[in-house]
Amino acid sequence: MNVQPALSQPIGDEIRQTTCYMCACRCGINVHVRSGKVRYIEGNRDHPVNKGVLCAKGASGIMQITAPSRLRAPLKRVGPRGSGAFEEISWEEAMQIAVSWLKPLRETAPEKMAFFTGRDQSQSLTGWWAQAYGTPNHAAHGGFCSVNMAAGGIYTMGGAFWEFGQPDWERTKLFVLFGVAEDHDSNPIKIGIGKLKERGARVVGVNPVRSGYNAVADDWFGITPGTDGLLILSLVHCLLEAGKIDLSYLAQFTNAPFLVIADGPDKGLLMQDEDGRHLVIDRRSGRPAPWDGEGVQPDLGAQWQGNQTVFRHLAQRYLSPEYTPEAVADRCGIAAPRIRALAAEMAHAAFDEPVEIARPWTDFRGIRHETMPGRAVSFHAMRGISAHSNGFQTARALHLLQIVLGTVETPGGYRLKPPYPKPVEAHPLPHCKVTPGKPLDGPHLGYVRGPEHLALHEDGSPVRIDKAFTWENPLSAHGLMHMLIPNAHAGDPYRIDTLFLYMANMAWNSSMNTAKVLEMLTDKGPDGEYVIPRIIYADAYASEMVAYADLILPDTTYVERHDCISLLDRPISEPDAAADSIRWPVIEPDRDVRGFQSVLLDLGARLGLPGMVNDDGSAKYRDYADYIVNHQRRPGVGPLIGFRGADGTQEGRGDPNPDQLQRYIANGGFYQAHIPDEAAFYKPWNRAYQDWAVATSIFDKPSPYVFTLWSEPLRRFQAAAEGIGPHQPPEHLRAQLRQVMDPLPIWYAPYGEADAAGYPVHALTQRPMDMYHSWGSQNAWLRQIRGMNYLYLPTRIWEEQGFREGDFAAVASPNGEIVVPVAHMAALNPQTVWTWNAIGKRKAAWALDDGAPEATVGFLLNHLISERRAGQDGDNGRLSNSDPVTGQAAWFDQRVRITRVGPRDRSEPAFPPVTRVVPEGTIRPGSPS
Amino acid sequence: MTCLPARTDKKLGLAIDLDTCVGCNACVTACKGWNDQGYGVPLSDQDPYGAHPSGTFLNRVHSYQVVPEQGAAQVVSFPRSCLHCDNAPCVTVCPTGASYKRSEDGIVLVDEDICIGCGLCAWACPYGAREMDQAAGVMKKCTLCVDRIYNEALPEEDREPACVRTCPTGARHFGDFADPDSKVSQLAARRGGYDLMPDMGTRPTNKYLPPRPKDRMDAAPLAPLLDIKTTGFAGWLDRMLEKF
Amino acid sequence: MYPASSVIVFTVLSGLGFGFLAFLGAGLVTPSGWTAFFLWGLGYALAVGGLLASTFHLGNPQRAWRAMSQWRTSWLSREGVMAIATLLVLAPVALSDWLGLGWSRLPGMVGAVMALVTVLTTSMIYAQLKAVPRWNHWVTPAMFLCFALAGGAILALPRWPALGVVVVMGLALVLSWLIGDRRFAEVGQTMGKATGLDRIGTPSVFDPAHTAGNYLLHEMIHIVGRKHVARLRILALIFAVLLPVLALALLPGAVLPRAVAATAYLIGAFAARWLFFAQAEHVVGLYYGKR
Repeated sequence: MNVQPALSQPIGDEIRQTTCYMCACRCGINVHVRSGKVRYIEGNRDHPVNKGVLCAKGASGIMQITAPSRLRAPLKRVGPRGSGAFEEISWEEAMQIAVSWLKPLRETAPEKMAFFTGRDQSQSLTGWWAQAYGTPNHAAHGGFCSVNMAAGGIYTMGGAFWEFGQPDWERTKLFVLFGVAEDHDSNPIKIGIGKLKERGARVVGVNPVRSGYNAVADDWFGITPGTDGLLILSLVHCLLEAGKIDLSYLAQFTNAPFLVIADGPDKGLLMQDEDGRHLVIDRRSGRPAPWDGEGVQPDLGAQWQGNQTVFRHLAQRYLSPEYTPEAVADRCGIAAPRIRALAAEMAHAAFDEPVEIARPWTDFRGIRHETMPGRAVSFHAMRGISAHSNGFQTARALHLLQIVLGTVETPGGYRLKPPYPKPVEAHPLPHCKVTPGKPLDGPHLGYVRGPEHLALHEDGSPVRIDKAFTWENPLSAHGLMHMLIPNAHAGDPYRIDTLFLYMANMAWNSSMNTAKVLEMLTDKGPDGEYVIPRIIYADAYASEMVAYADLILPDTTYVERHDCISLLDRPISEPDAAADSIRWPVIEPDRDVRGFQSVLLDLGARLGLPGMVNDDGSAKYRDYADYIVNHQRRPGVGPLIGFRGADGTQEGRGDPNPDQLQRYIANGGFYQAHIPDEAAFYKPWNRAYQDWAVATSIFDKPSPYVFTLWSEPLRRFQAAAEGIGPHQPPEHLRAQLRQVMDPLPIWYAPYGEADAAGYPVHALTQRPMDMYHSWGSQNAWLRQIRGMNYLYLPTRIWEEQGFREGDFAAVASPNGEIVVPVAHMAALNPQTVWTWNAIGKRKAAWALDDGAPEATVGFLLNHLISERRAGQDGDNGRLSNSDPVTGQAAWFDQRVRITRVGPRDRSEPAFPPVTRVVPEGTIRPGSPS
Repeated sequence: MTCLPARTDKKLGLAIDLDTCVGCNACVTACKGWNDQGYGVPLSDQDPYGAHPSGTFLNRVHSYQVVPEQGAAQVVSFPRSCLHCDNAPCVTVCPTGASYKRSEDGIVLVDEDICIGCGLCAWACPYGAREMDQAAGVMKKCTLCVDRIYNEALPEEDREPACVRTCPTGARHFGDFADPDSKVSQLAARRGGYDLMPDMGTRPTNKYLPPRPKDRMDAAPLAPLLDIKTTGFAGWLDRMLEKF
Repeated sequence: MYPASSVIVFTVLSGLGFGFLAFLGAGLVTPSGWTAFFLWGLGYALAVGGLLASTFHLGNPQRAWRAMSQWRTSWLSREGVMAIATLLVLAPVALSDWLGLGWSRLPGMVGAVMALVTVLTTSMIYAQLKAVPRWNHWVTPAMFLCFALAGGAILALPRWPALGVVVVMGLALVLSWLIGDRRFAEVGQTMGKATGLDRIGTPSVFDPAHTAGNYLLHEMIHIVGRKHVARLRILALIFAVLLPVLALALLPGAVLPRAVAATAYLIGAFAARWLFFAQAEHVVGLYYGKR
């Protein structure tokens, strides 16, 4: 007989519950610790985000915590920039250097310091710090990530896809997922798809690539990239044509019954009364009445003195023959009958199988509803639809589709998570007024309502280095991090002195046109000085960017730090609860590193920034933990909503509680404020929800609103482009603004299509579910799964050029050429090629061997992508390769030409290795060998 | 002992739902992480940061594309690990008795203290379920997390394999196939769970649930309210709003 | 399958050793004195050397003794038991031959049969594996036995009978190739069956399960070029069959033809055995789209 193994071994001495940081999901994790070392990481079953499950990245976090690529001490550059020659210095010296650079700038020209953060999960702190410093030049990575997703949603329905909401997984019967790059909100979406599959609900994928979630979709629409908006508006056409829209919903909860002014200086804006309240025609009286008046029943089909309702405008537009399936089929790459079938499926799920919850509620007009009826069709979208130069309007089109079906915030449909729904009006405006030695006049980022809110100097020149909130991209709510280095290098709009970056691999996969950006970072002027004189970089790992900085502030890993996932930032709420969470040091660092947020507070205190010093000039906060507990943004409102008040019993509002972090730790690292049942749906219009949101500190007063099918902020810009109003755009942007700032969703071909003659193929990237940007390659387990990438070619190209296994292809764009390994993918749009993002690495970065497959065969598509818009001429040629509304980087507009080159063993271009700032990894930690 | 038990009291195993698995690899690293510190020797990696990394994993997720006779090509994610066969060839070939099938629950295990690392069991397995650990020189395989499912130091709800506990889509189901009323038996019966390479005669315990038929959307197009070309927009609007 | 040198050396040398011991045991040569010491010693050295070589294949060779325990189910275990038993049973005959003790040759007859059974058990380690269709056929034990007998015959028999056995071995080798080349298709395992996805259509690999190496890829998926195989087969036939036949037929004297034939045989056997492993395709390759 075999000896029975011991089966009841405890895993460790203790379980410490904190928050994962292997992507932006921020799942709860149980970290099993034995003798101060991490033994095993698993999902926290009680956690609202992941409910116990954990992805490949999270479950291999132990390899991230112990990766040899971890930075070990502050570093000062001693050789030429980019050579990677550094010496270790003390923290005191590092802080003194930083202060010596930043203090004089603040006193004289704070805008010459640009502070941008990448995969930052502490934006409410970093933004507040930048504001206190006084520079207008701050943003996080949203501009190159997916501001179109956020802004398209917020400007339309006061909330967005991704972690800001989710389908009603329990009730929806048809789930339609748009867009390539299935990375965001990944565990919640996976959990949701699992629930649908368990119930046998239908999943439809609209995506050029049938991988991941689309692989399990019951039906796949392999759409041609950049045409999602056209398909969506064609679906709207079909629904309108058949009368399959939710009139009651549109009349009550959207601005469809609002009256559009037909003529005059306010042409295209919505009629208001003298108190500034929008007007509808009340069906009871046939007379204009305020939209939110007690008992008002808005009339969708009304006309008043020649002014028509939004509904009439939108119906007229989308009933037009230009939106018939037959008219769009070729451009979308989807046959017209399939478009019609999809519309019919949606209508069937929405109107033939209604769901209803027997739960009374009262709306903002005071009307009591006995039940909560809903529509069992729901939508979600990935970056694919939005990383185009038409992405903002495409996102809006998708929201229009779900709104005409009456599915948003109703049972079975799409549900927002607190602090959303939150209308544009409840968001701040952008601020940019600089006073040397003083804070900025308000938060940097916000939602503009019209041209008067742009960040422009008197002479019309941009205030911000990234040209956010200018006529080039007026609604750039997240800034344009991808333009930071090119603009700073070009001195357009001006030169800066110090670039301060956190967790953003701008010298590699986070930049368009990587090779060129590397040159910009090392370029010197005639005076022999660097064009970008000083670069401070904070990160935990030896990324490609480290070699290009002058001062390195080494961060901790995610299990060695305090953090808060705050409702002031990107929270982790659920549709039924507001939630926030913390990270805390579950192990101690074994290196001379410090959590960046604590360093930032220390730096702020040394600079004497308001809010960070006491009256006597001493530091106000000991560290980030102290800040999390004691900082108050408004009286009684701090970073965390749970366990507030001296005795820890208050939720949302209350005095700081010195034991707050201990209470969070005892509670599993998170806190949930549950939404009452009667407030769970119809949130923007639900009195009970509005009251709950005020009590929970989400709003300061009830803020009901209707969904914005007709967008006045957009119209104000369009009107300006038509010559109306005092704020006028530059001539070269008028035509563009007239087109793209349409108050109703539209589709236009992505920019560059006209010049795509020699480059017939769309090139896309997506992040694999087992990697987070460039981080995964330093993980000894994950890099075994995916240590190199292929360019996937559709059958058409594969066969036309006679490709064979082991072949490479030359991939050319107007910006350059790369030579990369290819593979065949049958389930792919025939006009499209794609690859996994950020697998390619620079030699010697991330503590990998120079011969690592990531560095020899792995590749980036970034070299092909210009940061400038294709097909420009003359002195207007500096427009960025971005959405003209929001400045979202248009990564997926990329067009290429593919040529077979036969077998190779190396990808091109090949860059020389960076000098190592940490030794090459050899044996993995914990390994027996 | 390498004689296979005539029968086992239970038949513990996995039902893996290929209609639900999105290929995220969560089960792969959760398995690696658990078994790196759990049953037997750690799962070593060779050249982990180098040019030719390799390592021991007990569960791998493949990805296939399938071209049907009609309709669009499909992609299927396919997890592969030990199937805990009834007629396990890996057990009977073992010269030392290290490889054995438990009579109480049917789990196939390796007693690493006896294993000489000859590799014959891995050769005998048609499914590639066994990987020899290159550092320890002993054979590693899926234990069905035997040190979790009976582990009294774990909360009861956690007494399931690490891959099942972590799977975000719930595509992996753990249970007793000897019990016809168990969830896994019911799933396999309802969804047509099948064996891999059945003619190998291995009689696997684990069952794969096939992808449901795809791309069959056949809804009839919606009927227009009326002919807009003849009635014009006003006609459409009247018809539309008369219901309202 | 990966053609590990330890396993090639093991099967070739122990096959030759036990083949030769079978002839010695059966009394088809009856040396005496130091000649006996040398010949029996050669037989024992080859058999034991082969067995020792096999332990280099083990992850934990210090536990090799445990391999004797599972003779009821395991051909590898049976091989170990048979090998040791054969060497023990033959020992008195060897001693008797060397020292002229005149003991009974009966153990030698038994030992001869056991030596051939040992070779059979060795071959069954491979022939039993359904997962390797090329090996999973009666031609595998036939080929192993022929190699053992031919090697033994070269060392033990007069030149013409030896020549005959070598020719038979050559035929067995060619037959093993002809049958082996068809086995994978005959067994009919495909990626579709391995994954069950044949119920949808024709599967192929989309994204590899892992881009890094692993034990399976190293051990069981060894791809040999077609031209390489053809060249090695010719080489194997020349050395294992043609040259021994020529040497036995043409070279003068008693020792020279045997020495030349045996050397050529070894080279040919190594080549043939390398091919035996390298050409064998494990069905696990179907999961990787590689055979």
